Amino acid sequence: MESVVFIFSLIDCCALIFLSVYFIITLSDLECDYINARSCCSKLNKWVVPEVIGHAVVTVLMLISLHWFIFLLNLPIATWNIYRFIMVPSGNMGVFDPTEIHNRGQLKSHMKEAMIKLGFHLLCFFMYLYSATTGARLTDLTLSN
Amino acid sequence: MAQPARPAASYRSQNGAGQQPYSNGPVQNQMMHSSDAQGYSPSVPGPYSHQTPSKVPPHPSSGQYNYSGSQNVSQFNSYQGPGQTLNRTPAAPLSGSPVQQTGPVPQVLPPALQNSAAVSSAGGFPPGVSPPMHPNWQYSQAPVSHPAAAQPSHSAPVAGTGPAQPPPPLSGNPPGSYQYAASPGGPSLQNSYMKPGSVPPPVTQPLTPLHPPSRPPLGPPPVGGPPLIRPSTVTAGAPSTQSLLHSATNQEGDATSAAGDGSVVQNSYDAIEGGGLMATPHPSAPANLKMNRNVGYSYPALPPGYQNTSPPGAPGMQASALQYPDGSKHFHQPPLGTNHLNASMGSLSLQQEGLRPVNLLQERNILPTTLLQAPVPNLHEDIQKLNCNPELFRCTLTNIPQTQALLNKAKLPLGLLLHPFKDLSQLPVVTSSTIVRCRSCRTYINPFVSFLDQRRWKCNLCYRVNDVPEEFMYNPVTRVYGEPHKRPEVQNATIEFMAPSEYMLRPPQPPVYLFVFDVSHNAIETGYLNTVCKTLLDNLDLLPGNTRTKIGFITFDSTIHFYSLQEGLSQPQMLIVSDIEDVFIPMPENLLVNLNENKELIQDLLKSLPQMFTKSLETQSALGPALQAAFKLMSPSGGRISVFQTQLPSVGMGALKSREEPNQRATAKDIHLTPSTDFYKKLALDCSGQQVAVDLFLLSGQYSDLASLGCISRYSAGSVYYYQSYHHKHNPVQVEKLQKELKRYLTRKIGFEAVMRIRCTKGLSIHTFHGNFFVRSTDLLSLPNVNPDAGYAVQMSVEESLTDMQVVSFQSALLYTSSKGERRIRVHTMCLPVVTTLSDVYLGADVQAITGLLANMAVDRSVSATLSDARDALVNAVIDSLSAYRSSVLSIQQPGLMAPSSLRLFPLYVLALLKQKAFQTGTNARLDERIFSMCQVKNQPLVYLMLMTHPSLYRVDNLTDEGALNINDRTIPQPPILQLSVEKLSREGAYLMDAGSVMFLWIGKSCGQSFISQVLGVPNYGSIPQNMTHLPELETAESIRTVAFISWLREQRPFFPILYVIKDDSPLKSSFLQNMIEDRTESALSYYEFLLHIQQQVNK
Repeated sequence: MESVVFIFSLIDCCALIFLSVYFIITLSDLECDYINARSCCSKLNKWVVPEVIGHAVVTVLMLISLHWFIFLLNLPIATWNIYRFIMVPSGNMGVFDPTEIHNRGQLKSHMKEAMIKLGFHLLCFFMYLYSATTGARLTDLTLSN
Repeated sequence: MAQPARPAASYRSQNGAGQQPYSNGPVQNQMMHSSDAQGYSPSVPGPYSHQTPSKVPPHPSSGQYNYSGSQNVSQFNSYQGPGQTLNRTPAAPLSGSPVQQTGPVPQVLPPALQNSAAVSSAGGFPPGVSPPMHPNWQYSQAPVSHPAAAQPSHSAPVAGTGPAQPPPPLSGNPPGSYQYAASPGGPSLQNSYMKPGSVPPPVTQPLTPLHPPSRPPLGPPPVGGPPLIRPSTVTAGAPSTQSLLHSATNQEGDATSAAGDGSVVQNSYDAIEGGGLMATPHPSAPANLKMNRNVGYSYPALPPGYQNTSPPGAPGMQASALQYPDGSKHFHQPPLGTNHLNASMGSLSLQQEGLRPVNLLQERNILPTTLLQAPVPNLHEDIQKLNCNPELFRCTLTNIPQTQALLNKAKLPLGLLLHPFKDLSQLPVVTSSTIVRCRSCRTYINPFVSFLDQRRWKCNLCYRVNDVPEEFMYNPVTRVYGEPHKRPEVQNATIEFMAPSEYMLRPPQPPVYLFVFDVSHNAIETGYLNTVCKTLLDNLDLLPGNTRTKIGFITFDSTIHFYSLQEGLSQPQMLIVSDIEDVFIPMPENLLVNLNENKELIQDLLKSLPQMFTKSLETQSALGPALQAAFKLMSPSGGRISVFQTQLPSVGMGALKSREEPNQRATAKDIHLTPSTDFYKKLALDCSGQQVAVDLFLLSGQYSDLASLGCISRYSAGSVYYYQSYHHKHNPVQVEKLQKELKRYLTRKIGFEAVMRIRCTKGLSIHTFHGNFFVRSTDLLSLPNVNPDAGYAVQMSVEESLTDMQVVSFQSALLYTSSKGERRIRVHTMCLPVVTTLSDVYLGADVQAITGLLANMAVDRSVSATLSDARDALVNAVIDSLSAYRSSVLSIQQPGLMAPSSLRLFPLYVLALLKQKAFQTGTNARLDERIFSMCQVKNQPLVYLMLMTHPSLYRVDNLTDEGALNINDRTIPQPPILQLSVEKLSREGAYLMDAGSVMFLWIGKSCGQSFISQVLGVPNYGSIPQNMTHLPELETAESIRTVAFISWLREQRPFFPILYVIKDDSPLKSSFLQNMIEDRTESALSYYEFLLHIQQQVNK
């Protein structure tokens, strides 16, 4: 059971890593002028909800499976994701707004945020990997016994 | 003579809409000041002014000078102004010919330009000016100006000024030229500078003195690598002598100006010494700045004669600077010594003046009595005179801090304010198959680049060394090969290029105008359709465009009506689309038709439209679907949609709900400044992508959620107009306002499918943009339409420290399609010095620009956070900057509230912002009004924003001709500006308040009978009508003066300010009193209280 939880988390975490990388690539494309603000934002906004859900699922799963440490680790980021999503002003076109993204250094802060998330997810990835393998070993041991 | 020259040149001058008024007043001043400050010694006011213009020429403003000028001279000037830009080339030849010298001044000028600015100016003046000049003058001046200029003018035949002059036969000795030049100056001065040898006819002499401009020529001669510098050296020498003379003779009227001179000289000297390319900012420089300002203030008082400035001959100057040639530095050197002394002394005193802290609590009357002029950057005169007009391009700090740390320390915002598409009376236009740009950063070649040699130039933004293309070696103006530094591109900070086909993504679009009218019951009630259709009908022929112009109409209530204007129809055919959920275009053609080919049908439609819906009972408004339909109709071509809306859109996409709660107005919290839906924003971005701009006219009595609706214009680069409670019967004043503004709107210049890019020197970076547009990529602003009444602002930061840089440059390039179907690029370039000390940063602060930028930032803050946050931020901006000044710059801690004198108006302006509609608290402002005011803050050019924020108050019941301007035979009185306090009002007076888009004429209860009867044309106070908005044109002197003054104010701006005459019991009295910024109101502090508050915070 342990290992199932972690293997699922591992897969989910991989997806989140890919998503972070995608965010970073798209934002840097925008920075370099390869795409315009409009298409960049519409691409990214599509993935904001999946990201929120993906992360919330892992967090909840950890809570349910009573892995307190991992849960608390995930909580701030999950909360931030949800907060950011809820707090989008009614006139904006999503978390990424093409009319705002070039103003007040927003592009940079989005970029920074995506980097931080990437780092966090990588950390989680190895943690899940470790837990999954040790968990699996434990089950192996019990089985062989 | 001048005229012929123009044609020769490839340039064309463009005339903007009524710019003249501008030129008269303020502009001249600026020019004059700047010149003084920079280096010229003003000793002779008359001549100086002339000079300045000559140098300036590149600027649009130059043309303006002419106007102001009195006498013949001025006329010449004006001529020349335009001519110069156009023709430098022709001029050269002219100079060569003896004839010119003797006779026609105008001719001379052009030559002057080429050769040396000075010369040109001299030429111009002679007729008018020379007589006034006294021998004395010559002495004093002579040294300064002469060297080159004088000679050229007379002596053109004799000796060219050298390099510049080459065209003339004489040119033979470029180096020699210097000497010659000197001589002209001189007969009198010769001793000091020059060698007598050359010269010229006695006749010239008188002229020479006049032309201080000649100095510039001197500069150039020196030659050498850094062309600019040299000129300065030369100049320096000259000035010093001048100044001395001055003091001796004391001829000058202006003491201040004289002082300025001294300082100026110094600067130039220093610059020379430094040897840097550009003038380096010296400590002394600040002083100069100050001087300028002071002068500026006083300016109004100057007799008209002084004000005349000759048109700019300037281009020559620069050229000279750039010239490599030979220089005869040694000649000038000796004088330098003296200069130096002189200068340094002058600068000392000046500097003190400039840095003098002002105790705001003690100085009651800090408001200057004339309109505040932009500070002049502390650059070498040769550079400054080429610099962009501050009305077009302005920086909050005219001394750029070297590092971000220094900027942070100063606590002042760094940013630019632009008015790039302003109507210009004169604009050089270059047609050339290759547009020279930097290969790495794509900067357009501009006056501030440096030529390493004839074949290479160094970009002033990225410092890459570029080759000069073969084609650029030939100067079409002078028809001379090998003078890339004299091309108009390098002589004008503001220039327009005709873009070749690589600047087009598609063939230039035709002008397309689509009008969308709300015809619901509510709209018909207001009766706006009559006014709009009639105005449109009257101005149909004046719409900017060509034979390809297309026009179309859509009306809507709960359905959408299209009008087919197919050729051959006897009357327009209406097509109704009632499916507003999925809007479609009912027929593919004939909804947008050629204006010229279908004019009759269009006129028919406009005549019948107001009557067609009089019986309509439909109260719903489907604005969203109508806009979608309009977008679909326009998307193949791009163009302009003008939407008239009178209520909250209630059905279909984009329907809105009322969010205003009147009883919550008092609290600054919880008001809805953000859009309630992203529908309009999305649609605006779609429009922007298809090069369609939407202009919104909101004529509504009730809340219409401008915050949401405004997005449609904001992101599509349109404009918003708001007429509160418009009604054709109940509110006749709004009707007139709509008429006038609509006329301007319909007939003003327009640019289609435009993009604008703002570049700045490596190390600076732009991080925030303000204005109506969509930022498509990092620095590319997408402007589907651009109009001459729109202003923009950007904020910058110093990313890498600007070590080793003396100056930084900013360039805005606006690429657009004109209404004639030409693709054009308008380029403005501004150059500013870099400084390393905090006191210099404060010295160069431009308080108006800072206020303007803060207002823009405060709008953003109120939208993203709350209004009270924005208000706090404004107050903190004052507190932070003043406490930084107190702790870091002031060495002696004095009691009171100290401010650098450049920022002495800062607290006043911020207080004015706090009391402005956009940011005020209290129940006065309705939500839509407040948001409209915010739109204006974002979209207005700085000049109007400042007037709107801090109106000018004049007493007009005792106008006199003293200090009046003379323009085109009209005498314009110039009353002093009063502080905005009721304390300044007297019951016996009549006061005019000019708040930009509106004017109030307040008549005191015991106002003189003569004013009431002779200006207002009514027998007594009691019989002044309640809604008086016009002054009768009576035959009395008082009436003529008052009317002249008011119309002069109006002519200076593109829109039409309505004049309200108010008495004690008028309902508008409260709006008048609300603008009394220095007084206390129910919810806001008085100026003095505000200062005390600030002091308290600063001294913490």
